[in-house]
Amino acid sequence: MGGKSKRKESSKSRAGSKSAKAPRAVSRSTRASKKVSTAKRSLRVVKGQSAQIELPLNAKERRKQSSLKLVSTEPKTTGTSKLAGRTADSPRVSAETLATKQREISVSEFFTRNRHLLGFDNPQKALLTTIKEAVDNSLDACEEAGILPDLEVTIETLAEDRFRIAVQDNGPGIVKAQIPKIFAKLLYGSKFHTLKQSRGQQGIGISAASMYGQLTTGKPVRIWSRTDKKSPAHYYEMHIDTRHNAPEVVKDEKLSSWHLDHGTRVEIELAGIYKRGRRSVDDYIEQTAIANPHATIRYTPPTGETTVYERATQEPPRETVAIKPHPHGVELGILIKMLKETDARSLKAALMGDFSRVSSKIADEIITKAGLQPESRPKDLSRVDVEKIFRAIPDVKIMAPPTNCLAPIGEEAIVSGLKKRIEADFYDASTRSPNVYRGNPFQVEVGVAYGGSLPAEEPAEVFRVANRVPLQYQAAACAITKAVMGTDWRNYGLQQSRGALPTGPLVLFVHIASVWVPFTSESKEAIAHYPEILRELRLGLQEVGRKLGAHIRRRKREAAETKKLAYIQKYIPQIGIALQDILALTDRQRDKTVNVLTDTLERSRKV
Amino acid sequence: MRATQAKRYAAEVKRKNKKLDQDTIKLITGTADETNRKILRRGKPDLQFPVRSLSNVSYSSKSGYLEIGRQKKVRTLTVSTVKTFAQMLRMMSLSKDLIENNDFATKRDAYYQSKNWGDAGFQEQTESDTVMDDIEAMFSMHKVSREQLRFVPDEHGGAVAGQLIVYDPDIETGAVERIDCTRFGSGAYSIPSSVEHLSFETKAKFVLAIETGGMFQRLQSHKFWQKANCILVSMGGVPTRATRRFIRKLSEEAKIPVYAFVDCDPYGISNIYRTLKVGSGNAAHINQFFCVPNARYLGVTPQDIRDYKLPTHPLKEVDIKRAKDAIKNDPFFQSHPAWSQALEQLLKMGVRAEQQALAKWGLNYVLEEYLPRKLKKTALFLP
Repeated sequence: MGGKSKRKESSKSRAGSKSAKAPRAVSRSTRASKKVSTAKRSLRVVKGQSAQIELPLNAKERRKQSSLKLVSTEPKTTGTSKLAGRTADSPRVSAETLATKQREISVSEFFTRNRHLLGFDNPQKALLTTIKEAVDNSLDACEEAGILPDLEVTIETLAEDRFRIAVQDNGPGIVKAQIPKIFAKLLYGSKFHTLKQSRGQQGIGISAASMYGQLTTGKPVRIWSRTDKKSPAHYYEMHIDTRHNAPEVVKDEKLSSWHLDHGTRVEIELAGIYKRGRRSVDDYIEQTAIANPHATIRYTPPTGETTVYERATQEPPRETVAIKPHPHGVELGILIKMLKETDARSLKAALMGDFSRVSSKIADEIITKAGLQPESRPKDLSRVDVEKIFRAIPDVKIMAPPTNCLAPIGEEAIVSGLKKRIEADFYDASTRSPNVYRGNPFQVEVGVAYGGSLPAEEPAEVFRVANRVPLQYQAAACAITKAVMGTDWRNYGLQQSRGALPTGPLVLFVHIASVWVPFTSESKEAIAHYPEILRELRLGLQEVGRKLGAHIRRRKREAAETKKLAYIQKYIPQIGIALQDILALTDRQRDKTVNVLTDTLERSRKV
Repeated sequence: MRATQAKRYAAEVKRKNKKLDQDTIKLITGTADETNRKILRRGKPDLQFPVRSLSNVSYSSKSGYLEIGRQKKVRTLTVSTVKTFAQMLRMMSLSKDLIENNDFATKRDAYYQSKNWGDAGFQEQTESDTVMDDIEAMFSMHKVSREQLRFVPDEHGGAVAGQLIVYDPDIETGAVERIDCTRFGSGAYSIPSSVEHLSFETKAKFVLAIETGGMFQRLQSHKFWQKANCILVSMGGVPTRATRRFIRKLSEEAKIPVYAFVDCDPYGISNIYRTLKVGSGNAAHINQFFCVPNARYLGVTPQDIRDYKLPTHPLKEVDIKRAKDAIKNDPFFQSHPAWSQALEQLLKMGVRAEQQALAKWGLNYVLEEYLPRKLKKTALFLP
């Protein structure tokens, strides 16, 4: 949930879009919850969330839920009055008493109570999530500015369960006016409204992390940022006003000097637990280094020893472009919103201008199927009309969306990343061609490291990566894990029990790049099981599987050869001894027999 | 006079045994020498074994036992066989040592001996047993038994009593011991695990091979061998290698017939008697040493059950299956119609009777009535 990294430009980002969309969404939400008290409403959302976890496939629902949450930040006077009117029949509580209790809940308040939705369920995970959000933002910012990232990540122990984390980048910096909002206002960001491959999506992450820190330690988040050499650096200390979801600046200083020409540093104090091993921050940093071979990361864990992950490639990822939504991936709510907000004067122009792959002919076809007029003003369309358009879209054949919005890591970079971090005998990778699920382009990449010092008797390790962000939790619910388990690795010379991970000295690196990665929850831990995605995953795994299989077979052959050679050297002398015993040979005669036999057998082996 | 005769026998025993050992050593060195020459000619030496599967076994009415066929398996010295090859040669070398030192080793002994062989040593006894079985099969083609290679079984043989003198050279001194099997009182002579070195002197008319120890004891205690002028051997169920070899050697050297006296049930007939007479299908390559083609079936026969009105038990499921299997698949029973008829008769009666069932007519009825009466008509014995 990082999200706000389009820092420099964020001032001119669509600040208006938020308020513009709000009233619409409000009316939806109130309709959905007319009879429900505010307390109950928040419960509802939680329930919806848990239902989602059980049914990870239902990503559509998930989006609706998230839009529901968005809603609660906005004023709701109309909703409240309606609600009061309805509940008037109730004999026990009068509408007036209810009305006194009914008030807006801010997103910040909501998340204070539901922090698990964002990955702050326990202290160990909270530490990881906080670092992850900050790193995501830093890497996104560097990439957008075309800068090769130099990151510093430090965890400092303050008390047994209290840490100060610092993440610093050499990115483009953030303009002064934006700093408070980015770090101390939830759902403020540059990425939610564009379809583009980036780590952050929703604009919740780093501000949620700030809030978690504030909640557990009472300490403000501290920011240093500088946009260029000529400008001064700014230093901020901020709290979040959770009631109003607004930043509360504690300190705002202009620094006369700072050690970086441009970049940003975030420091957050929080309650957490630092552990090593699986799903640790150490693991996360390591996997981030593999998934981002263009970045250098200096990592200092609480133990104090700095590890430097040098960049494995000097080439920054391909620049990606934002794409307009593809009609096949658009939901009714979004369609309504887009047509309300469009600048186009006619429906046809709106369809052609605001969506990808809609030509004049396609637009006509959609409109005809919907039984509407091309010239009608989009803003005048009724809900029913929009729904007609929505129903017409699936019947029209539309070209798949453009895929230049994707920036895969690339086979070579994956291999060099794996080589740097993992000691193995064999490395390979395979990048599939882009594909589309529900109108969203995505691309699957699989890397493999095998042999060497990897543990031979344990299940393979699977690094799951989405838009270059390693996923640490909820492996069992993830489409990647499912695809790995569903692949028959015995075909490739590995051991595998039915429905389990393969066993062997194996690391699998699986990356999904997409303009919208379908996570099963806001905490972005597992990828939903879309059939198109599963299929691509399977094909990608099979591709590297075949390469791996060839390697393993070759290895086995070589091992058999070596064993045979050892056999010869071990047992031919025994034949010599036996013959000497039986035939009373001299030592010289015995050695001659041994030498001739060795020669004969070695010769036959080569032929 | 008895002393001079004994001396003569002793000398004969020594000479024979020496010849046998020399032949065996020659065979071992011959095999090794051939292997060595082949190696020096830059070829790959090989060792040959008979194929030890039932498909390579047939009943020869001429020799009178289950014979191994002519199919051969060749083990060539290659990279993958070099280990077993080395182990076989070392095992043969051990055999040569044993013969030269006039000693012997059981399978377990051989396994422990291999611990001195360095890399060629065996991890488990099953491995050394397999190699020993291979060598046994290999030398069986040259009419040399495992006992002659001085690899002896762990189990010893049955008990012997009666008109027989056994000459047994001492392993340490070479002095030949004269053992009179009439002089064990109510006890008996026990057959050693290897009988190759023994020689016999007897004037008995036949050997009576008895299934149970109880029946043997009765006949021995009442000195039945004196009255019938015979040698009693207790088999104790299916006879061991040593017992079978002992009976075979005895009947061959003394040129006397062997009469089997066993229970009248499919186990007594098709397992004990059949194994004694013609050997087993699983180890057909050794039958040439162990079977007793001279054996005939005295009783108890199915007809005896009727004639002597013996008390019976019903045939068990497994008995019926065994009998039917023998009639249908066993080449020995198939080549003897008399046996097929007897088994059919038994199946029809649906009953079995034990040797001891004769005790119905009195404890000593068997030696006073049954056996004398049967022995008057040996021609009627089943083949």
